[in-house]
Amino acid sequence: MKNHGRWYLFFFLTPILLWLFLMILLPHMDLLIMSFRAEDDFGEMVWSFANYLNFFEEPIYWATFARTALYSILVTVLTFIIALPVSFYITHVVAPKFSGFLMLLLLLPFWVSELVRVYGWMILLRESGVINHFLVQMGILDKPVEMLYNDATMILGLVYTSMLFMVVPLISVLESLDKSLIEAAYDLGANMWTILVRIIIPHSMPGIVSGSIVVFMLTLGNYLTPNLMGGKNSLWFTEQIYNQFIASFNWNQGSAFGFLLLILSSLIIWAGLKLTGQKLSKVVK
Amino acid sequence: MKKAILVVLLISMFLIAGLGQASAETLELLTWKGYAPKVLVEKFEKETGITVKATFTNNEEMIAKLRATRGAGFDLAQPSQDRISSVQAKFKIYQPLDYSKITTSQIIPSMLDAVKKNTQVKGESHAVPFCWGTSGLIVNKKYAPEANDYSALFDKKYEGRVSYRLKRPTLIATAFSLGDDPFAKYGDVKAYKALMDQVQDTLVQGKPLVKNYWANGDALLQSMRSGEVYVAMAWDNGGWKLHRDNPEIDFVAPKSGALGWIDTFAIPAKAKNVEAAYKWINFMLRPENAAVFTNIEKCATASDGAIKLTDAAVRDNFERTFPKKDIDNINWYPPVPAKLESIEGKTMDKVKASK
Repeated sequence: MKNHGRWYLFFFLTPILLWLFLMILLPHMDLLIMSFRAEDDFGEMVWSFANYLNFFEEPIYWATFARTALYSILVTVLTFIIALPVSFYITHVVAPKFSGFLMLLLLLPFWVSELVRVYGWMILLRESGVINHFLVQMGILDKPVEMLYNDATMILGLVYTSMLFMVVPLISVLESLDKSLIEAAYDLGANMWTILVRIIIPHSMPGIVSGSIVVFMLTLGNYLTPNLMGGKNSLWFTEQIYNQFIASFNWNQGSAFGFLLLILSSLIIWAGLKLTGQKLSKVVK
Repeated sequence: MKKAILVVLLISMFLIAGLGQASAETLELLTWKGYAPKVLVEKFEKETGITVKATFTNNEEMIAKLRATRGAGFDLAQPSQDRISSVQAKFKIYQPLDYSKITTSQIIPSMLDAVKKNTQVKGESHAVPFCWGTSGLIVNKKYAPEANDYSALFDKKYEGRVSYRLKRPTLIATAFSLGDDPFAKYGDVKAYKALMDQVQDTLVQGKPLVKNYWANGDALLQSMRSGEVYVAMAWDNGGWKLHRDNPEIDFVAPKSGALGWIDTFAIPAKAKNVEAAYKWINFMLRPENAAVFTNIEKCATASDGAIKLTDAAVRDNFERTFPKKDIDNINWYPPVPAKLESIEGKTMDKVKASK
C-alpha cells in the first residue's frame, strides 16, 4: 500500500518536476553561464566578471536600477493606500450580497490583456484624447495639454495594473476580522486612526506583506507600462535588459542584468521584511 | 438508421477536416508588418496550397529570434540587407541561397547585384532584394513649412511636436545632420565611437523638444494625423499614406540625404520548408503581385517592371518626393560591421536615461 502511494506521488509529480527542470531551471542555468562569459580584447569568449562589473562601473545602469526600485516601492505604497479602503468597504461596509458583485467589477478589467488596458489609458490621456476633449469643451482648459509621457502617468498606469494583486490578499485577511473588535474600540473611545493603526493593519499584516511582495515584483519586472505610458523619460531596468539582448546583441550582458535584477530585488524584499519585523514563513501560511 | 447515417456523416466530416489539416503545407514567414498583404497570401494559397503564417517584427528582434533557435522555427525571413553579413558571420543563422531556384529575371539587376555583394559571407550570398524605401522626414506643412533636413528634429520652433524612433537610423541621420558621414567611419571603431558621442550630445540636448520616441508605426501616423506631431523621422511610405488623406502632410527627403534601405528575403539555417520559401520569393517578386503590394503599402519593390503596373497616385509619390537630384542624394546603408551595435546600444541607453 505504501509503495502504491509513492508510485502515485511520483506519477503526478513528474510533469511538474519536468516542467520546472526543462522550462525554468535549464534555461536559467544557460543564462547564468552566459552571464559569466565575455569577449576579451581579441574577440574570444572567456570566463569573466566583466558583465557584472559593468553594472557597477557604468552610472546609467545602476542609476536606472535605483530609479526602477524606488518607483516600484512608491507604486507598492500607493497601491496599498488605495487598496485598503476598497477591501475594507467590500468586506465590512457593503451588504454581503453586493460584495461579490463589487469583486467582479474589480476583476473585470483583468479579463483583457495588459496591452489593451494601457492603450485604453493612452486614448484617455493623450493630447487629442477623451479627457482633454472634455476639459476643453467645459472651458476648464484653453487648449489640450499632453498628459502622457511623464512619470506621474507612468505611476498611475502601474498602480492601476497592480491594484488587483493587492486587493485580493487584503480581502482574504480582512474577511476574518471580527467586527466586534472595532465596535469595542469605539466603545472605549478610540478614533478612526487608532482603529486603523492598532486593529485593522496589524490584523491584515500577512495580506499586506504578500500583496506588497507581489505588487513590488510585478512592477519591477513590468516592461509594457513604463515603456508605453512613460515615453521618453522612462528608462526601466527591464528595458535595459531588452536593449542588451535586442539592440546591442550582447546576450551576456543582458543575462548578467537579469540575474542582478533577481538578486537585488530579492535583497530589497528581504530588507523590507526585516525592517517591518515580518517573517516570510508566516506570510506564506 | 437515421442516427447511424448521421454518425457516419459526422465522422467522415472530421476525417476530411483532419486530412485537410494534414495535407496543408505551411510557410513560416518572419517579416515586417504589411509585407504579407492578405490578398496576396490568399492568392498564394490558392496557387500552391501553401498556408502562409506571418510573424511581424523588426530587424533587431528578427535577428534575436533566429539567434535564439540558431536559425530554426521559420522558413523565410526578411532582414534589411545591411544587417545580414556581420550577423551571419557571427551567429550563422541563414543558409546560402540557391539562385538557380529564383526567377532572377524578374528582379532589377543592379539591385540584385548590390544585395548579393553586400550579403556575401565566405564567398556565398544569403539574400535577394524584395522592397526598398527610405527614411526621412514626415512633415505637416501647415505647421512646419520650412522643415527640410534632420536638423528640424532639433529645432526649438517645434518644441513638443517632434517624434522619432530611438533606433540606429536616428543615430545615423543625426550624424549626417551634423555634417559628418557615419558610413565612411564604419571601418574605424574609434572614430565611430567619437562620432556617436557627438550624436549622443545632440540627442540629449534635443530631448526636451521630443514628444516621444515612437516605437509603433501606426501610433506615429495617428499622432501625425491628429496634429500632435509636426515633424517626425519615419519611413517614406508612412508619409505617403498620410498624404493621401491630408495633402498638407507629406514625406520630405532631407537635404543631407534620405537613408535608403533594402529589405530582402533570406532563408534561415534550419528552415523546414525551403521549397515553399523559394515559391513565396518568386511569387512576391512577380510584377503583378509586387504591384499589388506597392499599391497597398506605397513601398517600391525590386521587381523589374512592377512600377509600371502600379496606380498612378502611387507612382506620383516617388516623382513628387524624389526629383532626380534627391534620388542621387540617397545614402544607402552599407553592411554594418560587428562591434558597432554595442556602441550604438550604449549611446541609445544614455540618451534614454538622460534628463
